[in-house]
Amino acid sequence: MTQVFFYGLSALAIASSLMMLFQRNPMYSVLYLLVCFFSVAGLYIMLNAQFLAVVHIIVYAGAIMVLFLYVLMFLNLNVQQHFSKSNMLRLAAMLTGGGLFLLLFSAFYQTELVVMPDPMNENVGSVQTLGKVLFNDYLIPFELTSILFLSAMVGVVIINKKEQTNG
Amino acid sequence: MDNTLSQQLQVIPLENYVMLSIILFCIGVIGILMRRNLIVVFLSIELMLNAINLMAASFSAYHNDPAGQAFVFFIMVVAAAEVAVGLAMLVMIYRNTKSIDINALNRVKW
Repeated sequence: MTQVFFYGLSALAIASSLMMLFQRNPMYSVLYLLVCFFSVAGLYIMLNAQFLAVVHIIVYAGAIMVLFLYVLMFLNLNVQQHFSKSNMLRLAAMLTGGGLFLLLFSAFYQTELVVMPDPMNENVGSVQTLGKVLFNDYLIPFELTSILFLSAMVGVVIINKKEQTNG
Repeated sequence: MDNTLSQQLQVIPLENYVMLSIILFCIGVIGILMRRNLIVVFLSIELMLNAINLMAASFSAYHNDPAGQAFVFFIMVVAAAEVAVGLAMLVMIYRNTKSIDINALNRVKW
């Protein structure tokens, strides 16, 4: 049963990310990536990381993908545009990606992964444990992320500010 | 009940999660290199960040160490900020060049 869930979710994730890649219309690309994110959230639940799964759905599906769709609709970009494409470049991209995959796979193949004796303790992924870790050990990075968000917000406003015309 | 649940979840070895993250990461790399549409390039970056998140979360779960999941949280925060700034730049580029083709930007190479 667990294996069926795992293989189903991972097949869904890989298939939808491939569909994202080969889709002409960027609107469909965004929607396929949304499917991929939901299956990754399912995998988080299978890892007993419920908090991460919920935050993943809220942040990615709720905020980031909506932002993408909003920009797509706002600029009316889902109409067919002409893109420069060359088969040479496409082949080079495939070769590079395949080479990276081979490299990572060989590194993975030669590594012996260490697993703790009783993995997936039910307490590890809970909100209580993560909150304690976040606000004790990682308090300063947590506060720095708020500054990061503030600077991102200011940056966005400055980037998209219309040039002031004098007079 | 919780104990049997975590025992059931242990049926899946850690290797499978690592393999899945490697595959997703490579798909993201191929997407960045292959597509010329800026939006799809941003989506591929999101996919790569997701693959890394999945790997960190699986190592954290299999090592009983919640610090990994805290890092996943930080990566999500950085991804959200990156998307906000990136899409703002995309809108600006579209305003200036009327296109979201990456090759329209080849003059910023040098």
